[in-house]
Amino acid sequence: MTDSPYIIDQPEDMVFRLNRRTLADPEILTREQTAIFDKSWIYCGHESEVSESGDFCTRNVGGRPVILCRDSDGGVRVFLNACRHRAAMVCREPCGNTRRYNCFYHGWSYNQDGDLVGVPGEESYPPGFDKANFSLAEPPHVDSYRGFWFISFDPEIADLNEYLAEATEYLDLVVDQSPSGQMQVIQGTQEYDIRANWKLLVENSFDDYHLLTTHKTWLDYMKDSGVQVEPPKGQGLLLPSKGIGKGLGNGHAVIDNINFRGRPVAKWISIYGEDAKEEIEEIRTELVERLGEQRAARVADTNRNLVVFPNLVINDGSSVTIRTFWPVAADHMKVTAWALGTKEESERARARRLDSFLTFYGPGGFATPDDVEALEAVQAGLATWREAEWSEMTRGLNKEGDQLNTDEEHLRAFWRQWNAMMTADA
Amino acid sequence: MNANSISRSDVEEFLFEEAALLDEWRLDEWLELLTDDAIYQIPSTDAPDSDARHALFLIADDATRIKARVKRLNDTEAHAESPRSRTRRMIANVRITGYEGDSLTVSANFSVFRYRRNSPLRQYVGRYEYLLRTTDDGLRIAERRVILDPTELGTLGAVSFIL
Repeated sequence: MTDSPYIIDQPEDMVFRLNRRTLADPEILTREQTAIFDKSWIYCGHESEVSESGDFCTRNVGGRPVILCRDSDGGVRVFLNACRHRAAMVCREPCGNTRRYNCFYHGWSYNQDGDLVGVPGEESYPPGFDKANFSLAEPPHVDSYRGFWFISFDPEIADLNEYLAEATEYLDLVVDQSPSGQMQVIQGTQEYDIRANWKLLVENSFDDYHLLTTHKTWLDYMKDSGVQVEPPKGQGLLLPSKGIGKGLGNGHAVIDNINFRGRPVAKWISIYGEDAKEEIEEIRTELVERLGEQRAARVADTNRNLVVFPNLVINDGSSVTIRTFWPVAADHMKVTAWALGTKEESERARARRLDSFLTFYGPGGFATPDDVEALEAVQAGLATWREAEWSEMTRGLNKEGDQLNTDEEHLRAFWRQWNAMMTADA
Repeated sequence: MNANSISRSDVEEFLFEEAALLDEWRLDEWLELLTDDAIYQIPSTDAPDSDARHALFLIADDATRIKARVKRLNDTEAHAESPRSRTRRMIANVRITGYEGDSLTVSANFSVFRYRRNSPLRQYVGRYEYLLRTTDDGLRIAERRVILDPTELGTLGAVSFIL
């Protein structure tokens, strides 16, 4: 039993409540920086974004500007994007390829390996000044799982594999789409803000309870396109197919659904057009040959929305999206989303994947704008947190065995971990 | 019909009429300005010159998807636009950039102001790239590409209306 200012978790009494202050109070965000983000592995980028020596991408990870890059040996590196002289960012381009990171402020320059190689007027430094002591700094931990690179600012953190716990199985199901096990982040980044607390997007990214009402127009679109969207009778389901929601350890969680909405890999629906049938069948055949019938079906016939604690979402649904988000205020987050495809897919398959992505996801999709609207409506309502203090989060709590994707066990799994970390030193 | 006889003022008049239909949410009438094979695209802000077959866009609609988009926007359960945004489009620097047979390419700058209750003003700035076709019924839109100037969508949030 946990009784804290943040959640009331008493499953034996069928009670799980979330204090709304956790989503609205700026003091919570200040604490999250040190208790959550500085104590977790944070997603930094994908290996395919820096495929050649000298390639780099700059981004904000865990509140720090970093450079994700390939060094001169072809290894993936992450540097803190701050000159060792006065901390100015040494790279201000979003991405590219370079031999040098040059700080324009006083002219210090670094090579691809982060070594300080140029200091104008070096002779004016006193004896003992050694450039070797001023390489670009790196996060305490940098590691990857199957192409997904993470960093951690906690020197004591568990190994990435241990941290990811059972989430690795769900990352595997994404990467196993590719015959060579190589996925590729596709050009074109969706970067948009939501005026809502970041944890609302964690919930929203795998909360299937909201699908029927928030995304009615998307379901209508699917129906108009010939997709069966009526729930089966007598099974207690809100949605057209069964899905389960569960925690994966360490705050990671997933919904794992039997697919009804089509999958470019590899379940045809009418939206893809008759002429796509043959190629999707070929993709499926390759999956079966490589993975066996059972696992191929797992890859092709389920869609899964995965939350890797705290702020990475990988949704393998109408397409694969990597989505991460960062709070700039308690009521404001910046979202970055990419599309992920297999390295080998044909031009037609790639185009189909991208088209399928846009039916649902993204700021111009048929669903995401309504999610943004929902989250902003929640945030506005949360201004009442002092008067109406608690959110009910008990769906499915009384069930034995599997809980549905429209229940809330996976949400509770996230919140339990969040609460444990926020109260660790209390 | 040969497009060479179309002047810039003809194009301007057409674009201003289109802007009025969109600002007034007369979306079914707007659909009538499109050819049967029309496309409507907004590239991602970091890949403004890319191809929707190779790059992730914000919007890459074919004619069927455009109609579905309008159907969605006409539904009061398209929550992001219910209640609807108030928009006002300023279209300027209209240029005919090429003629080919019955078609012409057009570039125009835009500034679209979007207002919603409880939301800050959102100002979308960029340029339109059109492929217009001359028909017996007048000019029609075959391609409508919206290139946004902001480096990220950021506080503009979603593109939930027809930009």
